[in-house]
Amino acid sequence: MNFSFLFNNFAELTVTGLAFGAVYALIALGYTMVYGVLQLINFAHSEVFMYGTFATLWMTITLVGSGNPGGLQTFGIMAAALLAAMVVSGAIALMLEKFAYRPLIKRNAPRLIALISAIGASFVLAELMGVRDDVAGWFGLRETLDDYVGGARVNQSMPNIVQNRTLFAIGEYNIRMVDVIVILSAILMMVGLDQFVRRSKTGRGIRATAQDPETAALMGVNSTRVIQMTFLLGGLMAGVAAFLYMLKIETTKFDVGFLLGIKAFTAAVLGGIGNLRGALVGGLVLGVVENWGSALFGGEWRHVVAFVLLVVILLFRPTGILGESLGKART
Amino acid sequence: MIRNIRSWRVAAAAVAAGLTLAACGSTADESDNESDSASGDSGSAACDVSLAFFGPQTGPAAGLGQPIIQGAQLAIDQHNAEAECEVGYEQFDSQGSPDQAPALATEAAGNEAIIGIVGPAFSGEGAAAGPIFAEAGLPTVTPSGTNPTLSEEGWDTFHRALGNDATQGPAAAKYIQDTVGAQSVFVIDDASEYGAGLATIVKDELGDTVVGEDTIQVGDTDFSATVTAVTSSKADAVFFGGYYAEAALIVAQLRDSGFEGDFVVADGVKDPAYVDGAKEAAEGTIITCPCIPAEDPAVSEFASAYEEEFGEAPGTYAAEAYDSANIFLDGIAEGIDNREDMLTFINEYDQEGITKQLTFDETGEPSDVAVYAYKVEGGEIVSDQEIE
Amino acid sequence: MSTSVSATSGTKSKSKSRLGFVDRLTNLPKLVKILLWVLLALFLYALPLLEPPLLSTPGTDFGGVLFTVTIYCLVALGLNIVVGYAGLLDLGYVGFYAIGAYTVAILTSFHANWPFLLAVPVAVVATMVSGVLLGAPTLRVRGDYLAIVTLGFGEIIRLAAVNTEWLGDARGISKIDRPPSIELFEIPHLFWEGGTPLLDPDDTTVFLEFGVLDQIPYYWLGLTVVILMLIADRLIKDSRVGRAWEATREDEDAAELMGVPTFRFKLLAFSTGAFVGGLAGALYASRQSFINPLSFLLLFSILFLAAVVVGGQGNRWGVLVGAFLVAYLPERFRDFSEFRVLVFGLALMVLAIFRPEGLLPPRRTLRAKQAGQELAAAEEGDHGEETRVRV
Repeated sequence: MNFSFLFNNFAELTVTGLAFGAVYALIALGYTMVYGVLQLINFAHSEVFMYGTFATLWMTITLVGSGNPGGLQTFGIMAAALLAAMVVSGAIALMLEKFAYRPLIKRNAPRLIALISAIGASFVLAELMGVRDDVAGWFGLRETLDDYVGGARVNQSMPNIVQNRTLFAIGEYNIRMVDVIVILSAILMMVGLDQFVRRSKTGRGIRATAQDPETAALMGVNSTRVIQMTFLLGGLMAGVAAFLYMLKIETTKFDVGFLLGIKAFTAAVLGGIGNLRGALVGGLVLGVVENWGSALFGGEWRHVVAFVLLVVILLFRPTGILGESLGKART
Repeated sequence: MIRNIRSWRVAAAAVAAGLTLAACGSTADESDNESDSASGDSGSAACDVSLAFFGPQTGPAAGLGQPIIQGAQLAIDQHNAEAECEVGYEQFDSQGSPDQAPALATEAAGNEAIIGIVGPAFSGEGAAAGPIFAEAGLPTVTPSGTNPTLSEEGWDTFHRALGNDATQGPAAAKYIQDTVGAQSVFVIDDASEYGAGLATIVKDELGDTVVGEDTIQVGDTDFSATVTAVTSSKADAVFFGGYYAEAALIVAQLRDSGFEGDFVVADGVKDPAYVDGAKEAAEGTIITCPCIPAEDPAVSEFASAYEEEFGEAPGTYAAEAYDSANIFLDGIAEGIDNREDMLTFINEYDQEGITKQLTFDETGEPSDVAVYAYKVEGGEIVSDQEIE
Repeated sequence: MSTSVSATSGTKSKSKSRLGFVDRLTNLPKLVKILLWVLLALFLYALPLLEPPLLSTPGTDFGGVLFTVTIYCLVALGLNIVVGYAGLLDLGYVGFYAIGAYTVAILTSFHANWPFLLAVPVAVVATMVSGVLLGAPTLRVRGDYLAIVTLGFGEIIRLAAVNTEWLGDARGISKIDRPPSIELFEIPHLFWEGGTPLLDPDDTTVFLEFGVLDQIPYYWLGLTVVILMLIADRLIKDSRVGRAWEATREDEDAAELMGVPTFRFKLLAFSTGAFVGGLAGALYASRQSFINPLSFLLLFSILFLAAVVVGGQGNRWGVLVGAFLVAYLPERFRDFSEFRVLVFGLALMVLAIFRPEGLLPPRRTLRAKQAGQELAAAEEGDHGEETRVRV
């Protein structure tokens, strides 16, 4: 165990951990909201995120072209990419709801079969991205769209829009600009969503359905719409997560969602599934502890540290750090 | 039940009829084979033979399988364009997992038309499928499996068209010490067979100059803890044992954090996708590879033919796959149509391929492996020098 | 199937036409039934030799695929005890499978030279112990939390194997011992030309040689273990233990109140499941003769669960069908090459949507559904709205 390394680089490890944790947190929102309302693990949410990363990538490629953008232009490109990611992720989330969940909810199917349907949907979505070159080929667009569909099975990376190298120093610690952007925007989004769910009419509907679907329905809450909204909000947040992820990592692949999805789900459970603030806390804690753990035990134990943390937390707090509470009025 | 009894009778009759037919069929087959081998002697190409690719075509490792599939495909297409008889090309998609390997290998072994395997692509599936190919006498030439233990299992059918980790590791270490002149090296590996094996050898060779080490996992994308470890160790060179996907991410994240030393990697990273992925961060990366530089006209000819056929530059191990397939195709061109002759042919093979002089020692390792250093310059992987 | 006789005869008057076939079967004289079972078993044993055209897998070895199917069947039976009977959602079942496989690998090759038959009991005991060790702290966690904890456990096992040299790290372990062979006689295979089956004198399987080139003896071994497990499963399901599991699953608090020590029974389910998983892993390792951590990815836990749920959790025949589909379909879809995982995913979705109760739901579900419908009809009269809105 390498304590001196951890302590000497504590601030840097914490900030980078928080930045990745923020991405976990934003993805975790999708899991936590769907779970809060339907008590279902939306296994395919990771693919919602993955499509968001590709939307960011493609939008950036389209706008940047070959030249190097500067100043205001960069800002515009970023805004467009963020919008594209949110739209695509939101749309995929809605499609998931329509094709993988609604038929089952209508039949009042057992909960586990919904998990299987979601797993199936997850395979379909990921593999569809993995064979996008063939699919484009069917329409004779393989050559035209080469920038977008080429290398379907390997990493694709963004044109550089923000110089990640920008550093500033707190004392002797180097902090990267992009990490700060990611953390701040994630927290901003979370606060926004939290307020939306707390104050808006739709948010009240979501909370009411989460708490007691039957009574909510009797009180005139349209449950189908509430479920759609839940998926949509989760998808939009995954879109933001995807954009921030691409800003930080700059690279994506058809199966990028799998590992991140597992981690984000872990984060959701860690914070208390069904609890929006829990997702934020869980994500940030997971990101930071992973980094500290990697520093202490070596990078190979990073994921082990994450899962051990989860088990330990659940042993002492069986419903996660903040507990389950999407339905509770005090959300 | 009555219907059942009747259908059993029908089946029995069919089986009886089948027996006689089978007897006829088998004699006819034999005479075919005789005429084939007879014509084989006169030098014309063999018919009804196939080569097969064994490795990942789908799944998470598909990205590494594709260049191999296409490299061999190119060789076969070029052969078929000239030969009278077309050589078939089967693909056994293992998804890179040793799990499905035995069933696939058994199937390949049972298909007599297949007289050569390009693969298995990964060492893991190679270890699972190796005994089956050895038992069936089906010769294999792997263009990418670099685990040194594979050749020590005593499988006569095993051949490797590239240097194993034990030959490349010392060369990489030597380059880091002598040419880069690094005083302090940080070694990272990806815990894969290939990466971890290579990194261990490099670490052993470098000895005291190693100031730190860390292990990442294949598929990870955020390496901030490792990056912090590198920057705080003040190492002036980093060696990474692993594949291009993680290498591109690591180098980008290292450069973003202000690391200015040398980044040294091995053949698993020698792929245009590495430069595409890491962009400017890839500049100056040193890649060691037991493969001949592309200045050789044969190599550039291959590269342009590959690009023309598949619309992309040849990826990692595409050239090795092309070489591997060509060994078999040379044999087929000489009229070989069975596994036994093919095995003898390969064991005695000695020709110049596009990656190296292709000839195997008794364990199936390439006899003559020279390791070259490459550098990323101006967004291209260009050759630097041979590492003596 | 004497239980189903009583079960169906009770509800016979109300059962729909789809039960007609099952009814006719269950009403046959006992001797005929036994004969039918034996015929079915014989057919299954002979399946890889018959290589029936539509069922056989082009592009990969049929015997090898069938062996994989039996491993999935075994795993599904084990996981069915945990998920179907006891109602515990386990997403890390591959961890037990890995422990079984690794124990055999270490004992017969890597660190010792035990014969396979001696290593198997140790392997299953080791898995059971690990099941208890994992279950004791985590089974107090309820519902879906258990899913993520077990998922984490499965990943920890795999990552420990990847990163520990003593376990062969990513390089894996080779030369794992095979079961002992007794070479008695040769059996020829069939092959099909058009619709006619022909005997193939060149293609034979030696009974019973656990060799390298022929996967069929492994399939026979796997099938035998599956049949034994089926019998054991039936005995345990109909015992006090099985009823305690059912009670715990349906309402844990009520069961506890009625004097069922639910925690202990959950732990028992968990370790019984682990036992079967470990056994499957041990067989798998022996057939492979080589294992590395790539065979124990999280994906397999998910596929195992899919087998159980798609087939019909709680019904041993259902989960066997599910296991068959999950192991067999991707192999059968090899013709789709690049698209086979895509097609498999679609198949999962379609199955889930059109057969939400699973392909063969347990009788309890059918009965419960019927009773529920009658109850609803009796109580609510024309209040049809309720079922539509309920989510």
